[in-house]
Amino acid sequence: MTARLFAALPVLPIVVPLLAAILLIVWQSRRVQRTLGMAGAVTTLTAAIALVLLSRGGAVMPVQAGGWAAPYGITLVADMLAALMVLIASLIGLVGLVFTIAAGRDDRFVHAGWQFLLAGINWAFLTGDLFNLYVAYEVMLISSYFLLTHGTTQRQAREAFGYVAINLVASMFFLFGVALVYSATGTLNMAHLVERVPLAPAGTVRAGAMMLLVAFGTKAAIFPFYFWLPHAYAIPPGGVAAFFGGMLTKVGVYSLFRVFTIVFPSGGPDPLLLWSASATMLFGVLGALAQDSIRRILSFHIISQVGYMIMGLALASQIGIAGGIFYVLHHIVVKSGLILVGGAIEETQRTDRLDRLGGLARTNGTLALVFVVCALSLAGVPPFSGFFAKLLLIRAGLEARQYGVVAVSVVVSILTLMSMLKIYTTAFWGPGEPRRATVRLIAPAAALALITIAVGLRAQVLYSLTSTAAGHLTQPARYVAAVLRK
Amino acid sequence: MAALVALLVGVMVATGFYLLLGRSLLRQIIGLSLLSHAANIIILLAAGLRGGVPVIGAGPGSMTDPLPQALILTAIVISFGVTAFLLALGYRMHLFGGEEKGDDR
Repeated sequence: MTARLFAALPVLPIVVPLLAAILLIVWQSRRVQRTLGMAGAVTTLTAAIALVLLSRGGAVMPVQAGGWAAPYGITLVADMLAALMVLIASLIGLVGLVFTIAAGRDDRFVHAGWQFLLAGINWAFLTGDLFNLYVAYEVMLISSYFLLTHGTTQRQAREAFGYVAINLVASMFFLFGVALVYSATGTLNMAHLVERVPLAPAGTVRAGAMMLLVAFGTKAAIFPFYFWLPHAYAIPPGGVAAFFGGMLTKVGVYSLFRVFTIVFPSGGPDPLLLWSASATMLFGVLGALAQDSIRRILSFHIISQVGYMIMGLALASQIGIAGGIFYVLHHIVVKSGLILVGGAIEETQRTDRLDRLGGLARTNGTLALVFVVCALSLAGVPPFSGFFAKLLLIRAGLEARQYGVVAVSVVVSILTLMSMLKIYTTAFWGPGEPRRATVRLIAPAAALALITIAVGLRAQVLYSLTSTAAGHLTQPARYVAAVLRK
Repeated sequence: MAALVALLVGVMVATGFYLLLGRSLLRQIIGLSLLSHAANIIILLAAGLRGGVPVIGAGPGSMTDPLPQALILTAIVISFGVTAFLLALGYRMHLFGGEEKGDDR
């Protein structure tokens, strides 16, 4: 009995929020909404922690949905990478929800939409099937459309329309890619694709891979597909923005890591992805320098930071991919923390434009401290987690003799620090006696700041986990054997 | 036959993008749904156009692959939901401003 329960564990991070979401639609009382929403998020987080602990030794746990053996049925797979991503998604889901409740922004159906979004994100991480990944994306995106357009003004509705349109076009490319890959290989199961792709006609496979690159690249906001992001992420309130900014683009990044390592291996540093990574880093940070509100600066930094993750993927070495995964996890914590600080400022000051803010450090000491920790971590200053993430990537770059991308990554770090200083010197210093933010608004961001400090102090623990995750991507034999029962 | 269907997909994608780049909101929505239909047809094409029936009543040689049809069914349901959402969003924008022009930034 216990063995069977454990075997079904990878399903929980999808099923628990789905059930919670359905109950939340039916049950409209405010107190029930909050309790049930929090219960769903906490239970999902617990299941995610259990998944990480179980896959620590490098175990790959497949679940064959409906008992149909792979490759005929739909397979859910929890390996280290999936488990880590589910853990971070559930964590940010919980923290963002706490903030949303504290800010009183949880009106009708927000809780239900939130749980659907969490379910979709976790589903995308856990699925082992390319078409199922598309379905998970759509569950996630439709929930995100809802949360984005909920209670918007006219201008915001227009920005949201653009976001929906760009995602639909990306979904079309996704389906084109799926169709081409299927026609070349006759399968959509990722483990089965690992075996079949080398035998399939190279031209069709490459065309399919490019379609998927465009699809995932648009969702991940890599160069040249990042233009939609700053408009879309300027719309929702702080808690939702933290969940979006932290997680949504990273689902695209995760898909790139999953598909462009095991299914379409590059066998060495990939020049196309390296160029894209360098351009993403550079243009993102240059865009950030030109902005004048906290939210928009942080949005452009999401783009810039995605470049670092793609750099790790493009280097395609064990340490590069491990560093890239480390970077993804670190970035989600720190970026959500920063957006929550911005959200706390917005909720109390009713603006986040830099020219209307000032003197926050005088009245909001804790908030300033949290901001400084997250900002320094984002820029890669030791002893925070960002330093180790960048160290790993730069080391991987030097080992692969890709000096160009290493140079760009170092320059972009300095520019990142510059634009963080811009926020700090104008919003936190300077004249003004702004209102104090309540403890309930600061606490979620402070929790994330503590995590980045803890990861920085014990970086080897997380590195050994991401190293295991990278091992499954560089040597997919174990993943394939576990899924196909060989 | 396959080349003809491929051409059809090309025309649909081109028309879809043309409509999407226009300024009228309704045209943009129609363009988007044309794009998703194009994706459905290309999945159908991926199975190979054998002209046989799937599974029941088919011999081993003439059977049409049933999986792409299942995929298309799923994709149709999703694009139906998203189109409904887009129309609702468009209606809301109409209520806001009374004009149905898209963003001309």
